[in-house]
Amino acid sequence: MIAFLIKRLFHALLVMFVISLIAFAIQDNLGDPVQQLVGQSVPESERDALRDELGLNDPFITQYLRFAGNALHFDFGYSYVFNQPTTEVILRHLPATLELVAATTVLIILLSVPIGVYSAIKPRAWLSRFFMGVSIIGISIPVFLTAIVLIQLFAIGVSWTPFPTDTGWGQWLNDLVSTNGGMPAYGRGDPVHVLGTWYTNFASIKGLSYLILPAVSLASIMLPLFIRLIRAEMLEVLQSDYIKFARAKGLSPQRIYFLHALKNTMLPVITVGGVQIGTLVAYTILTETVFQWPGVGLMFLNAIERSDIPLIVTYLVIVGLIFTITNTLVDLIYGLVNPTVKLTGKPA
Amino acid sequence: MALLDVNHLDVRFALRRGDVQALRDVCFSLDKGERLGIVGESGAGKSVAAFSLLNLIAKPGYIANGSHIVFDGEELVGLSDRALRRIRGHRMSMIFQDPMMTLNPVLSIGEQMIECLKAHRRISKREARKVALEKLQLAQIPAPEARLDQYPHELSGGMRQRVIIAIALLLDPDIIIADEPTTALDVTIQAEVMALLLDLCEKQDVGLILITHDLGVVSQVTERMLVMYAGRVIEQGPTREIINNPLHPYTQGLIQALPQMATPGSRLNQIPGSMPSLDKLPSGCAFHPRCPFATLDDGRPRPGCRDQVPPLTGADARQVSCHMVAENKPVQADQSAPAKEAH
Repeated sequence: MIAFLIKRLFHALLVMFVISLIAFAIQDNLGDPVQQLVGQSVPESERDALRDELGLNDPFITQYLRFAGNALHFDFGYSYVFNQPTTEVILRHLPATLELVAATTVLIILLSVPIGVYSAIKPRAWLSRFFMGVSIIGISIPVFLTAIVLIQLFAIGVSWTPFPTDTGWGQWLNDLVSTNGGMPAYGRGDPVHVLGTWYTNFASIKGLSYLILPAVSLASIMLPLFIRLIRAEMLEVLQSDYIKFARAKGLSPQRIYFLHALKNTMLPVITVGGVQIGTLVAYTILTETVFQWPGVGLMFLNAIERSDIPLIVTYLVIVGLIFTITNTLVDLIYGLVNPTVKLTGKPA
Repeated sequence: MALLDVNHLDVRFALRRGDVQALRDVCFSLDKGERLGIVGESGAGKSVAAFSLLNLIAKPGYIANGSHIVFDGEELVGLSDRALRRIRGHRMSMIFQDPMMTLNPVLSIGEQMIECLKAHRRISKREARKVALEKLQLAQIPAPEARLDQYPHELSGGMRQRVIIAIALLLDPDIIIADEPTTALDVTIQAEVMALLLDLCEKQDVGLILITHDLGVVSQVTERMLVMYAGRVIEQGPTREIINNPLHPYTQGLIQALPQMATPGSRLNQIPGSMPSLDKLPSGCAFHPRCPFATLDDGRPRPGCRDQVPPLTGADARQVSCHMVAENKPVQADQSAPAKEAH
């Protein structure tokens, strides 16, 4: 266990080193920082002096080591736009994104496992076919489009009148196909303060209502993916000899499906899931922009628009860090669930 | 009355292009403590027969109307899944072919044994563990206490099959159905595991239905045997009699094909051709295209072989389905006869 942790920690450090190198290279090559700092009117001689002063004429290695040394203290410089340390800016935006990702993850887990299992147990049922059909649609439509459609349907509302409005039944059908709207779809509302820069949406019904549309649209790509993954894995597991043997032992279907089959189904799903949680953080850029959700995704897009290079770099490093941490955690969980993996770093 | 009575067992697979019949009119019975062998080539329907006893055939397979499986006075065909679960693993248990695939890789040996006990008996976890330990000892597993907390991947193939035998014995069943229990094991382990299974069945007075293509094992272990071909029983009777005096040309061919039957250094005997696929069965006797006796000495086809399915005839104890035998011209008992034909 300890050996495994040390080995994983070493991997993680290696990954972070590469990420920081890439991030730094971006910073080093993305335009002239002096140009960003001073205006057009400053003469060339003063610029050179400033470059010297800022150490921009030092060799690449020296500059990188300075960057990395500061980064170890979570010092990535100042954001041009906010004129604050970039880490502070990110820390202020991070809780919003993490809460959105957490809500989406919960949504995905709560829905994908039962739906995936059901459609594997009863592959021919019409409900299974319906889920499979909808999931194809979900995978095919880009997140921002789903988000816009959700806003139109549930925030603004639509009133269709394809049926005659002067009859009772026609009106009833019209009401059925129309939506009321009224769901919040802009920002976070007034989240409750927890501590430091952490304001939460989970503390009140109103806060939760602000989470619904962004979380649903963020889930719209991953959820179908997981339903299909769980269904495919489960179908394969159900064909295996150990399931037949479990049936021959006279066990109840519940035990066979939800212990014997599900435990084996979840092994590959956990692996994929770990990677996808990281990807979710990246997808938040789109969702947060559409819903003006004040998280790091929206902040990142704004930083790009305004060439706020230190903030961009900090975002890359921190998202990389989140990726690395979740992947390490997932490997740990996988080792705990799968007895054939010994957490010694050596194959069992 | 026999403990298990199988009558006119028809098993079909509902495929898109129509039903395929995997078993046709299979009849046999098993007394308490009796050991029955079912032999045949791959695809003969041995495993389907084994799995259909507990209605464990996978969809789209189903047991057709008119089939009867009577176990201890109770008709099993048409019984609900809930009612069948009382029998599965409790009064009839199974041993599968490949021990590497039979145990669930993510559950410990102990869990997989205890859950089986708890499914059939009101028993505390501690007591169940005691019973499991006892059965592991019966199956001659070294350090049984430690095994309970181990996972399948930590055990060798032979050891896993012993664990599976212990699981099959957990609830002191009346019958164990063993589907090629030693085929996937190393040759050196095969004999050990088979001897253990035989010994336990004898000691505990458990009936055994042994499905195999190994005539050697059948002759050592079983008292009676069925020979299956293309979904039908073509010969049945006491094992010793069939081995010493096979009546059906197919059974003769199988025995001739044993390596110990060939002169050292010469080619092994074989039955020409292969088992027909179940959806393209030849007319008449399904064996006729491969049968050396389906053509008469003068080159004419033997009447009946190509157009009539031979009925299973003979006394209850010894039955064979072959036109030649039915014509009262029994195939020569001399075992070298079909071999000469083949040359």
